[in-house]
Amino acid sequence: MAAVVSLKNVIKCYVRGAQRVEVLHGLSLEVAEGEFLALMGPSGSGKTTLLNLVAGIDRPDRGDIVVAGERISTHSSRQLARWRARHVGYVFQFYNLMPLLTAEQNVELPLLLTSLSKAQRSANVRIALHLVGLSDRGSHKPAELSGGQQQRVAIARALVADPTLLVCDEPTGDLDRYTAEQILDLLQMVNREQGKTIVMVTHDPRAADRATRQLHLDKGRLMDPDTLAAA
Amino acid sequence: MKFFHLVWAGLWRNRARTVFTLLSIAVAFLLFGLLQGVNAWFGSLAGGSHADRLIVVSRVSQIEPMPIAHLRRIEQVPGVRRATHVGAFFGTYQSRGNDVSVLATDPGALFDIYPDWQVSPDQLRAMTGTRTGALVGELLMKAYGWKVGDRVPLRTSLVKQDGSTDWHFEIVGTFSVTGSAAQANRIIVNYDYFDEARQFDKGRVFAFIVSIDDPTRSAQMCATIDALFANSSDETLTQNEAEYAQAQIRQLGDVSAMVNAIVGAVLFTLLFLTGNTMGQSVRERIPELAVLKAIGYPDTMVTALVLVESLLLCLLAAALGLAIAAALFPVTEALGVGGGALPWDVIGFGIAIAAALALASGVPPAWRVRRLTIVDALAGR
Repeated sequence: MAAVVSLKNVIKCYVRGAQRVEVLHGLSLEVAEGEFLALMGPSGSGKTTLLNLVAGIDRPDRGDIVVAGERISTHSSRQLARWRARHVGYVFQFYNLMPLLTAEQNVELPLLLTSLSKAQRSANVRIALHLVGLSDRGSHKPAELSGGQQQRVAIARALVADPTLLVCDEPTGDLDRYTAEQILDLLQMVNREQGKTIVMVTHDPRAADRATRQLHLDKGRLMDPDTLAAA
Repeated sequence: MKFFHLVWAGLWRNRARTVFTLLSIAVAFLLFGLLQGVNAWFGSLAGGSHADRLIVVSRVSQIEPMPIAHLRRIEQVPGVRRATHVGAFFGTYQSRGNDVSVLATDPGALFDIYPDWQVSPDQLRAMTGTRTGALVGELLMKAYGWKVGDRVPLRTSLVKQDGSTDWHFEIVGTFSVTGSAAQANRIIVNYDYFDEARQFDKGRVFAFIVSIDDPTRSAQMCATIDALFANSSDETLTQNEAEYAQAQIRQLGDVSAMVNAIVGAVLFTLLFLTGNTMGQSVRERIPELAVLKAIGYPDTMVTALVLVESLLLCLLAAALGLAIAAALFPVTEALGVGGGALPWDVIGFGIAIAAALALASGVPPAWRVRRLTIVDALAGR
């Protein structure tokens, strides 16, 4: 299958005070369309940095990043914003919903950037909430929902504009085991039934087992699967 | 409009803080509306004055009385259409604070010179036939619940022939003032009775009011009248009504500068308050704003959302304050320092200031949001 995500020799550095720290060291990676990739690794290994680069919310210092057919590593911030709206659905660890908006209004947020009419937006929001099993919670505010329900709303928000790619940063990191399984079931269903490409960062091996492929990062480098198997 | 609920939700993120800020801004604009309204009213006093009316007072002081004999000589000046004399004093009705202004004059001549002061011919005739009669402005009639036929006692500082300082007048009619209802807050009595009854300053008046045929010659007429009494013991100072009104206002001090200074200080303080509110509000929502950027909202749009929120806060509060000011402004009429409706230009100016305030207090946090990097904001850095 064609690669939806392609990174070549990507280097990413952060400046912290007087120090310049290289987080990713010439990393190359391809994610095929319809793949569910789990990125694992210890804290500070560069997982979230890699995810942010793939999602277009951060830029590499060097190297090429092509996602959904566009070389985003050379995009301006304005072009990146427009590209993200069209191609990326982001699921955060702590849901990051707007507290004063209802579930419906939260899910509608990405659609406000489109030219859809109010009726079309409402229809899409209903479909997305139905998909995550929260049709009856549309008028509830985040504080009135459980953690698992809030994460479902966040997933609905990520899916509502039908993005090319779903990126999830520890989507079950703040949930209990049972709720985490439900969220993973949902992501798996979205991957299998909708064919959505997913890149997920996780610490949890059981979450990673749900993915179709697992990659391990250590100190900014992807580990060779054979090395890992031997270890 | 489709983003309105997003802005509205941001505004009410911290309900208590928004309510208090809103009330603070509203109170400031209430003050602005009332003070600027009064300021505009003072301005309109001079503006509404007539150049075809001259006021003659003593050159020594505006409160120095002059001999009534001046009237005959003024009336003989070519170009004078009509003239009258005015004695003025203040009286207190029943209790302290109920002060009323009384003009002792020739009512027939006065109403002829002031065609915008309206009285019925019957009541004017009744005035001529009743020595102790009084024509009372509509505002006073309403304020004290008087009616025609009432006998009104006034306590004054003027001693009567019998040694008393209490004066009694019989209300024979009422008058109104077209275009300036606030001026209908005084009592007009017969000068002849007033002069005969008082013990001191007999035959002397406070001012002469002169109506002239040609308003373009008012400066020349003023000079002619003053020349009549030059080098006498009772020299005069003649001004047209507009100049006289401006001089009166100047005696109170520079009202406009005073009002502008107060309003300026209040609005300057408000700038810090709203700036602080917007700054805090945005600081608390950095992760939420970063999420908006992460899901594809461009920098300019997120910046605009913050600015619109600031505009909404300031304009809502200003509208509330100005609406209350507009509702309360007619009350200033009773206090004698305002009148009618709050001028539209004051309301418009207030809205413009609120918009400027919103931009001034909204730009720094909006700029911060614009420069926000998503990764740092989500990481809490």
